[in-house]
Amino acid sequence: MDAKISREEVRHVANLARLDLSEAEQERMTGQMNGILSYMEKLNELDTTGISAMTHAIELQNVFRPDRVCPSLDRKEALQNAPGSDGINFVVPKVI
Amino acid sequence: MTLHSLSMHEIHDLLLARKAGAVEVVSAFLQRMEAVEPKVNAYISTLGERALDEAKLFDEGKKDFASSALAGVPIAIKDVICVRGIRTTCGSRILENFVPPYDATVARKLDDAGMILIGKTNMDEFAMGSSTENSAFAKTRNPWNLECVPGGSSGGSAAAVAADLCAGSLGTDTGGSIRQPASFCGVVGMKPTYGRVSRFGLVAFASSLDQIGPITKDVEDAAMLLQTIAGHDPRDSTSVNLPVPDYRSTLRDSIRGLRLGIPREYFIEGTAPEVVSAVRKAIDTYRELGASLVDISLPHTEYGIAAYYIIAPAEASSNLARYDGVKYGHRVEGAKDLMEMYRRSRSEGFGAEVKRRIMLGTYVLSAGYYDAYYKKASQVRTLIRKDFLDAFEKCDAIVAPVSPIPAFRIGEKAEDPLQMYLSDVFTLPASLAGIPGISVVCGFTSERLPIGLQILGPHFREEVVLRVAHQFEQATPFHREKPPIG
Repeated sequence: MDAKISREEVRHVANLARLDLSEAEQERMTGQMNGILSYMEKLNELDTTGISAMTHAIELQNVFRPDRVCPSLDRKEALQNAPGSDGINFVVPKVI
Repeated sequence: MTLHSLSMHEIHDLLLARKAGAVEVVSAFLQRMEAVEPKVNAYISTLGERALDEAKLFDEGKKDFASSALAGVPIAIKDVICVRGIRTTCGSRILENFVPPYDATVARKLDDAGMILIGKTNMDEFAMGSSTENSAFAKTRNPWNLECVPGGSSGGSAAAVAADLCAGSLGTDTGGSIRQPASFCGVVGMKPTYGRVSRFGLVAFASSLDQIGPITKDVEDAAMLLQTIAGHDPRDSTSVNLPVPDYRSTLRDSIRGLRLGIPREYFIEGTAPEVVSAVRKAIDTYRELGASLVDISLPHTEYGIAAYYIIAPAEASSNLARYDGVKYGHRVEGAKDLMEMYRRSRSEGFGAEVKRRIMLGTYVLSAGYYDAYYKKASQVRTLIRKDFLDAFEKCDAIVAPVSPIPAFRIGEKAEDPLQMYLSDVFTLPASLAGIPGISVVCGFTSERLPIGLQILGPHFREEVVLRVAHQFEQATPFHREKPPIG
């Protein structure tokens, strides 16, 4: 079986996904993703030339609404689940 | 007959006739929980006191049993649906302490109907799984055999109904997560058409597939519960503004002459012989009920798994990017900078299957692979949808198995994600197409594990699906069987 994804690529994808994987997790993930992605090869049995891609289960049209202020969460409620907050803002580690 | 074993409509009849009080009904379930819940682990949170307080309002005359068809009836909700002020975890460490500041639209509708919430049910983390083994908190057990899984991802909701730990429940179905656990637990589970029920306040897994639906003891309950939650919601722009028919009123209309499609691709090698035989017998029952049976083909069925396990993880990788430890959810201690905070919070907070799907989704959407995977899968999705549209030219509903296998042993597939994915073969196509489907019990294996019959209908024709399911249920004894637990 051709490897679909290398250990190096797994590290790269984990970085894109903002996940830290241990050496053992990387090893396992590489094996499992190779198994799963090889199975996906099955789709290449189908010629899909000219078939449009389906993005939704039903026909959807853009939904407009009036640009009107409606009741929304107040600040206290919006902050109540925050791991870090000063009562007015979300607080995170220094960025710059 | 004990109160906890009754259907929702039977309980409501007793309440209306003053033959039972709301506190009495809630207490019956709380007692049942004390005896049985430690064996089954159907719940993440139980809400006994809150439920009793609600029930008292009815018994004191401050709320009226006649205010809706299900007023005063206890219900459980899958822990992926937000209820204001009630911890909602999605079965994940990353949301272990999340308390939503608002109600999901379905939670609001149940409350408006006077239904009494008695608990939030266990599930695979973020609804990713087919066995409820991926919950960060507990493994739910199948009430029919405690060594077996209840199915997933709505395994807690299905097990709670089967074990009489609630009168009915809500689950969610992205690729079979209502129908398959209903099948494994021998109860009724319905996935409505995509867009029939608002997803506002449902924590997103795969937004083009997720749908909320009822899990109940009989089809009449499913019709009534769907009636309660269905309809357009301005807060979910993918919910559809179509009239909602009266589902209960047409359950008994004759199915004589109704054309039922039997898809040959759903009777393939690899399906357990006992499942095939039970479904074949169910088809005979439909013949006796006067339905006309039509052989149909859904030629792209075998591509459903590959398409689904590209599309759903792709959407999940995007939806789960929001868990960054900033506005809510787990945040790691002592991170030096923002990037470290993101990475370590996510790595600690998510379990193995969620990480695997985020990785798969990120990969198939990444530069250079998008066309080969995501675009290809979305084109195949078009073909799968067309299979159903073509089939519904020849038939009014489709009858098939829900799962190729009955409930499997806990741990049996846990080490091999692809094997777990392959067991979803018969539920994924309907999800990809967005059509409604139901599972009703149609027999038992020699080991007394339930077998589910799947009925699928055209978009927004839930009333046909419910009617076809109801007539089978009423013509057969299976739904009256109870698991040997208590």
